[in-house]
Amino acid sequence: MNLLDVEDLWVRFPTSSGVFDAVRGISFSLGRERLGIVGESGSGKSMTGRAILQLIRPPGRIEAKRIDLQGKPLLNASDKEMRAVRGSRISMVMQDPKFSLNPVMTVGDQIIEAYRLHNKASRRDARARAIEMLEAVSIRNPERVLRAYPHEVSGGMGQRIMIAMMMIPNPQILIADEPTSALDVSVQGQVLGIMNQLVQDRGMGLIFISHDLNLVAEFCDRVLIMYAGRIVEVCEADKLHEAKHPYTQGLLNSLPRLDEPKDRLEALVRDPEWRQQPSVSGLL
Amino acid sequence: MALAEKQAKGRVSPPFPRWMRTTATTLASVAFTMLGLLFITFIIGRVMPIDPVLAVVGERASQETYDAAYEAMGLDKPLLVQFGYYIWDVLHGDFGDSLLTARPVSEDIARVFPATFELATLGTLIGIFAGVPLGVMAAVHRGSWIDQIARVVALVGYSMPVFWMGLMGLLVFYGILGWVAGPGRVSIFYEGMVPTVTGMMLVDAALDGNWTVFRDAFSHIILPASILGYYSLAYISRMTRSFMLEQLSAEYITTARVKGMSERAVIWGHAFRNIRVQLITVFALSYANLLEGSVLTEIIFSWPGIGSYITTALLSADMNAVLGGTVVVGLVFILLNIFCDLLYKVLDPRAR
Amino acid sequence: MTTETTNSRAEQSFREWLLSETPSSRRHARLAAAYKGWLRLRRNHMAMFGLGILVALVIIAAIAPWLAPYDPYAQVLSDRLLPIGSEGHLLGTDSLGRDILSRLIYGSRITLYIVTLVALIAPVAGLMVGTIAGYVGGWTDTILMRITDIFLAFPKLVLALAFVAALGAGIENAVLAISLTAWPPYARLARAETLTIRSSDFISAIRLQGAGPVRIITRHIWPLCISSLIVRVTLDMAGIILTAAGLGFLGLGAQPPSPEWGAMISEGRRFLLDHWWVATIPGLAIFTVSLAFNLLGDGLRDVLDPKDGKS
Repeated sequence: MNLLDVEDLWVRFPTSSGVFDAVRGISFSLGRERLGIVGESGSGKSMTGRAILQLIRPPGRIEAKRIDLQGKPLLNASDKEMRAVRGSRISMVMQDPKFSLNPVMTVGDQIIEAYRLHNKASRRDARARAIEMLEAVSIRNPERVLRAYPHEVSGGMGQRIMIAMMMIPNPQILIADEPTSALDVSVQGQVLGIMNQLVQDRGMGLIFISHDLNLVAEFCDRVLIMYAGRIVEVCEADKLHEAKHPYTQGLLNSLPRLDEPKDRLEALVRDPEWRQQPSVSGLL
Repeated sequence: MALAEKQAKGRVSPPFPRWMRTTATTLASVAFTMLGLLFITFIIGRVMPIDPVLAVVGERASQETYDAAYEAMGLDKPLLVQFGYYIWDVLHGDFGDSLLTARPVSEDIARVFPATFELATLGTLIGIFAGVPLGVMAAVHRGSWIDQIARVVALVGYSMPVFWMGLMGLLVFYGILGWVAGPGRVSIFYEGMVPTVTGMMLVDAALDGNWTVFRDAFSHIILPASILGYYSLAYISRMTRSFMLEQLSAEYITTARVKGMSERAVIWGHAFRNIRVQLITVFALSYANLLEGSVLTEIIFSWPGIGSYITTALLSADMNAVLGGTVVVGLVFILLNIFCDLLYKVLDPRAR
Repeated sequence: MTTETTNSRAEQSFREWLLSETPSSRRHARLAAAYKGWLRLRRNHMAMFGLGILVALVIIAAIAPWLAPYDPYAQVLSDRLLPIGSEGHLLGTDSLGRDILSRLIYGSRITLYIVTLVALIAPVAGLMVGTIAGYVGGWTDTILMRITDIFLAFPKLVLALAFVAALGAGIENAVLAISLTAWPPYARLARAETLTIRSSDFISAIRLQGAGPVRIITRHIWPLCISSLIVRVTLDMAGIILTAAGLGFLGLGAQPPSPEWGAMISEGRRFLLDHWWVATIPGLAIFTVSLAFNLLGDGLRDVLDPKDGKS
């Protein structure tokens, strides 16, 4: 059984000049795999991640035929049922730890809180678990980091803390929304490596949202290419070069490649026609 | 990593620890502000068209008595020297004698201050306990009816003269409905029934265990305190709302929701935790504003506090009392500011 | 018919000229910006409501002698304390038999007088102190800002009270006292603006062209500080009206028999429980006017200062 099935998902925002559709009827599944979602800013990729967790704030609306977590429908789940899903079954790592960690709480308090929301445990046990978890994300001095405030840690460490916090309730699905875009290039690989290791070891599903096609191709099993709220192409990551859609080809050609050097990189020319094409299904 | 770096690098240590330097600069700036405050009141005392000597010796004194008093008061000395005397006196808590009560101004102020303190404190508490939830709710349900109500409440508070609202309150709740007691701190037959310990009627009555007096005093204080509280509510709710809006759009709020926290826990446990420090500054400011608002409110409600004291003195040209009162109120303002700064440093991990 | 169409056509083209994206002259650009601001302000109904009240206030003050049914000072002791809606006295009479409506109408002149004077004195003083401190910097800045802080450390009303006590009661002294307590925030604001403007490239360019500091401050920095100052002044107006009314109420502003609204409340206070309207009506007038300033100020802030207009 798939971990997640999404069918005909729409995310809509009413504005003063009509309804804006950020996501326009996309369908995909997630198995025990690493699924990449690639697209430019405004393509609806982040909205997709947030819609799965039903974190679209009013007046935004989520509409879908179904969103099933291991066969159980999430779409009409109550607030309370959704809260039991968030964190403990589906979790999310966001872009910049500078903003995604609460600045006035210690790292320890935030991790312990994440654990105790879904596990009946004493503070002491939760603390022990937090230390284990920090060790699992290669933090060498977990005791001290637990007492630190977010502004006292570096970006790379912050993101590892974020991963630890999101993994501690042991979810089945992790959504990583541009998890390395705000980090120095030197620590990006390290953070990705840690995340990958944890996901593999625990047999989790990963949805990796990024604008970086190369990174996704290298890191994921399967890739969805999004454009203007729709999926324009679905392909295996290692067959990305055989992509047929002109948008995907355009993206690939606009990146420099060591094995095929070019004098001049192509600029991406967008065909208005692409907006109208039906969404490609990413269902398994 | 940054933690380790900080300790490893070990910057060149300055001759004094940091807290000592910040304390020193804070103290210096406070001293300077105090000096300025005294200078302004001193100048006001000087430009006063009333002759201070005549006020002491009386209209019919002979020239010799006048001259003697003139010298005794140091008025023949240069202004700067007089200013020095003035500072010296104030530092000893000597604001001169009040013409009206013929007692030292400092004694008078010590007697009336608790009444103002009691009123302003209760008012601020009302403002905090009503204003903070209102502001939080308005921010959480932005654009809803509760947000609209909060907006109107604040607008009315910013636009209504406090003394007029006091009068209207008296008219409606005392005159027409009879729900509360009228002007004054306590009904006349209860006056002096409980021993003065703190000078605050409610506290003294409670300490004495005299609940009849307590009820009566409460019935007297509740209307003026609510009116002052309304003004601080207007301010506090607006500030709370705008602080909360800023926090609620922050990314760490999404993190908290992703963790599976209830909306209530997200709002109070995460967002509100981040505005506590800012709010304390707002509370202190609103407290200071209430001290000011109490000047007019006290007159409406015949409340024997520092506001009444200053205005009564003002109308009878009792300059020592006016300036003494002004200095004390200014001092409270400055102390509130320092208190805020200190709390800020204690409560905000980023400021440590 | 024909003239009407040509008129509206002329209007139409004037509108287009105002809304053009490519201004032909500096004045054109300035007018166009003002017009666009006005269009945005017009969409804010509450602000327009406030503006309407204030325009009405100015008109009432201007034509007070024709509008008021009675002489505001004429005492008719036989008609004392007539209630609202009495024949010939729409809002009743006060303890000396003076017509309250007439006194209200004349009182609007005093309110406008005080507000205008303070609005001229305090921001200008603050602008001078702030821009000089910000532009010159160094010790001048430190000293001027320290003085500003000292004034800010005082409770406004108490300081105004002390000033009036020293200067003597009266409208002009009340204006002076309010201005003395109102300038520091403007100085702070102007200084902050100056600091950002001072380091910008166009100021360096002007300096390279040989402009002296006086010219730079008066011709280039002041105009840029004006819009934020206007917003601030409009928002402060309500507070100034309330302070002025408070001084009047305490008997330290306008002196009797002047129909100043605060003083009128003070007179009516003695009869509050039996003749409530004497104190209530002038209070409503103060409330209406300061509400109007608050509404307009909020709207102006949204138009002129979009960066913190979200509240």
